[in-house]
Amino acid sequence: MFENLSHFALQQYWWVIVSILAALFIFLTFVQGGQTFIYRIAKTESERSLLINTLGRKWEFTFTTLVTFGGAFFASFPLFYATSFGGAYWVWLAILAAFVIQAVSYEFRKKPANLLGARTFEIFLILNGVLGTVLIGTAVGTFFNGAQFSLNDLNQVDWHTSTRGLEAVLTFHNVALGLAVFFLARALGLLYFIFTVDHELLVARSRRHLLYNTIPFLLFFLYFLVWLLLKEGFAVDPETGVVSMEKYKYLHNILQMPVNTILLLAGVVGVLWGIGSSLFRNSNKGFIFAGTGTVLTVLALFIIAGFNNTAFYPSIADLQSSLTIRNASSSHFTLTVMSYVSLFIPFVLAYIWYFWKVMNRKKIAESELAEESHTY
Amino acid sequence: MIEAVDLTLVNWSRAQFALTAMYHWIFVPLTLGITIIIAMMESIYVRTGNPEWKRITKFWMTLFGINFAIGVATGIILEFEFGTNWSNYSWFVGDIFGAPLAIEGIFAFFMESTFIAIMFFGWNKVGKKTHLLATWLTAIGANLSALWILVANAWMQRPVGMQFNPETARNEMNNFWEVLFSPVAVDKFLHTTSSGFVLAAIFVIGISAWYLLKKREILLARKSILIASLFGLVSSIYLVLTGDNSTRTIATTQPMKFAAIEGLYNGTQGAGLVAVGVFSTSKTDPNNENLKDFSLKIEIPNVLSYMAFLDWNAFVPGVNDLINGNEQHGIMSAYEKMERGKLAVAKLTDFKNAQKAGNDSLANVLKTEIMDKAFQDNFFKYFGYGYVDDPHKLIPSIPLTFYSFHIMVMLGGYFVLFFILSLVFTLRNQLENRRWYLRLAIWTIPLAYLASQAGWIVAEMGRQPWVIQDLMPTWTAVTRISAGAVQTTFWLFALIFTILLAAEVKIMLRQIKIGPKH
Repeated sequence: MFENLSHFALQQYWWVIVSILAALFIFLTFVQGGQTFIYRIAKTESERSLLINTLGRKWEFTFTTLVTFGGAFFASFPLFYATSFGGAYWVWLAILAAFVIQAVSYEFRKKPANLLGARTFEIFLILNGVLGTVLIGTAVGTFFNGAQFSLNDLNQVDWHTSTRGLEAVLTFHNVALGLAVFFLARALGLLYFIFTVDHELLVARSRRHLLYNTIPFLLFFLYFLVWLLLKEGFAVDPETGVVSMEKYKYLHNILQMPVNTILLLAGVVGVLWGIGSSLFRNSNKGFIFAGTGTVLTVLALFIIAGFNNTAFYPSIADLQSSLTIRNASSSHFTLTVMSYVSLFIPFVLAYIWYFWKVMNRKKIAESELAEESHTY
Repeated sequence: MIEAVDLTLVNWSRAQFALTAMYHWIFVPLTLGITIIIAMMESIYVRTGNPEWKRITKFWMTLFGINFAIGVATGIILEFEFGTNWSNYSWFVGDIFGAPLAIEGIFAFFMESTFIAIMFFGWNKVGKKTHLLATWLTAIGANLSALWILVANAWMQRPVGMQFNPETARNEMNNFWEVLFSPVAVDKFLHTTSSGFVLAAIFVIGISAWYLLKKREILLARKSILIASLFGLVSSIYLVLTGDNSTRTIATTQPMKFAAIEGLYNGTQGAGLVAVGVFSTSKTDPNNENLKDFSLKIEIPNVLSYMAFLDWNAFVPGVNDLINGNEQHGIMSAYEKMERGKLAVAKLTDFKNAQKAGNDSLANVLKTEIMDKAFQDNFFKYFGYGYVDDPHKLIPSIPLTFYSFHIMVMLGGYFVLFFILSLVFTLRNQLENRRWYLRLAIWTIPLAYLASQAGWIVAEMGRQPWVIQDLMPTWTAVTRISAGAVQTTFWLFALIFTILLAAEVKIMLRQIKIGPKH
């Protein structure tokens, strides 16, 4: 089945899969966003425990999606894996460090004799919430603004700055995306609390903070989007593979891929509806809309970055070293094998969805934590 | 095409990977085994309905949870380090190596993370049988993830199922099943997972023994020891068998590693197995500090030949045969391999230059020559040797490999006896009055960790300098970055991991002291 598809068709298929994983990951950073509120919203120890336990039952999904995103990117576009991870060394290691400290914090926080004290692990969770989202958003910004690398004949990467990727923060457009992701994650975190916590005060406080986070999110996101449509982009000639700068490239992508644009708009509307209905109509289900909206929006942005003859990881040090879904991908054979593997993804999503529902059937309350044998 | 790389950078990059891998491997084997033990215990609970078994299950689950979190934390770094520190490697073989990592995520990690949440928090949310299913799926997920990463590792030890593509300057997969079912991969998976089962069984027995010494939790301890001894005994026999098989595979696929694990410098027919050996501190070869003579050696004649080739008189090549060659036994010298490797590298360079100069006809001719089967089998096979300037760099640290191997093997044998003893005392109901055995059981826990780490030292140090056997040495695989940057992240991670490990051990000890909830 897949072996009969052209190499380019498989490359596009895999770009979509990687984009879906990225989109699911950004949606799942509601865990990270929620973590930044454990002092803001919770006023007592038991309130804090309630929030942490709500998030703690989902943190592994975010983590696993990040790892799978890395693995899938490696398998399908290994040149990106080699170039970006090896090149933007400091950025990725900072992101990883932020996730290392998260992984232990839930489990260790409340355990006696935990060496560092509950407070330290709570600070770890907040650090993960801030750094994890801001840095990943900023790193994804370089998909549209380029990075400082060049490749030699053997496709080996040379990075042109000693800051190894940290220079991305000097481009405000990257940072704007980082901050948009950060505030979006926070908004999603709040929506998740509203959706799942059985505690009036916490829900009321979540609603209040939702407004304060939606405004900066919208500001940064709109800045990012408008500037994206106005800026020059990295276009690839499909015949020769030559990369050149094209005015309004991303605007052109929006216009030339109407289905994707509809996805993008639907995504943005979904996010706004989710937030708006929670703010103004006291809905508890805003998380579902905003979550779905987030997935659609991020998916559409990734499509804009990689489809329609666009270099998805452009180099500003050497334009012709820019990565495209054609030159960075795995071989036809490997993509075919991986495509068969991908047939299992819907099955995986189905069992995750089913058991997620089973586990969330009842809202989580302080009384439940008192009865549970395993709590964070 | 590849400039000389700073060896300090290579060493720090290796150190960082070793640090991450070894820390990760402190936690993984316990996860692999204890999830199965827990699932067995819960099965008994569901079968019998006896709440005591539920309590036992939950107790071990608590310890597992503490261990699991930190295993995950160290694991994420490991995956991304292939990119961050070995970027040239990531491109050169990413077409093959990336696939198992992705499959691991899709098949194994999601399974683990979905069902572990049910296992911990689902007691009151799902039915008994669904819960049991979740526990089993967590165990299967954990072991499946081991499968895929070990397939990836095995491929580095013995690259199969691929073809070099000069256009993209990388190896490309052409047979997935060959990668998955490579004998090295199969051995590695069976041997590594069973080592995890053994370690977990020892962990459970050791802690239970402590309770018996303290005259606490007698019922829990006895039942746990019974399950763990049975599981441990079967696993340890399996461990020894698969270990034996692995050794034989190494003898044919990685003869230098094999020579190193036995400290065999000069090959011989009917080679003896060094049962016990101690190296002298003096250097025998001024050119190579890895070669050290034995100051004490107890040898069992002919056994090594049999172990390697199932023939008491077979010739086993030593380090010197592999470096200088041995015509009589048809062993090519390292010098010859280096010549051939340089030829392969030069041809690739010519091809790239012709491409750059726009000389398509020459490029096509060169490409055909490179892809030619005879060239692949006789020259390209030694591609990595083209980047070796001194054949002594092809010799791994022999004392380290030798000692690690012998510690691992001796402990492996001891574990079998230990489980037999455990089982006998359990069945005869003599556990409590064999205090020496209970103490021994506690002290066996660190030994299990030691054996487990030693195994990986053999596997990874023994294959130096190869990242991919014969195709890519460490110094061409490394990311080009300042050694200082890697040094900084090395210390950063060393600090984080050490603090987290200390916290983990403290929490674990306290939880053991607290004991199961009543």
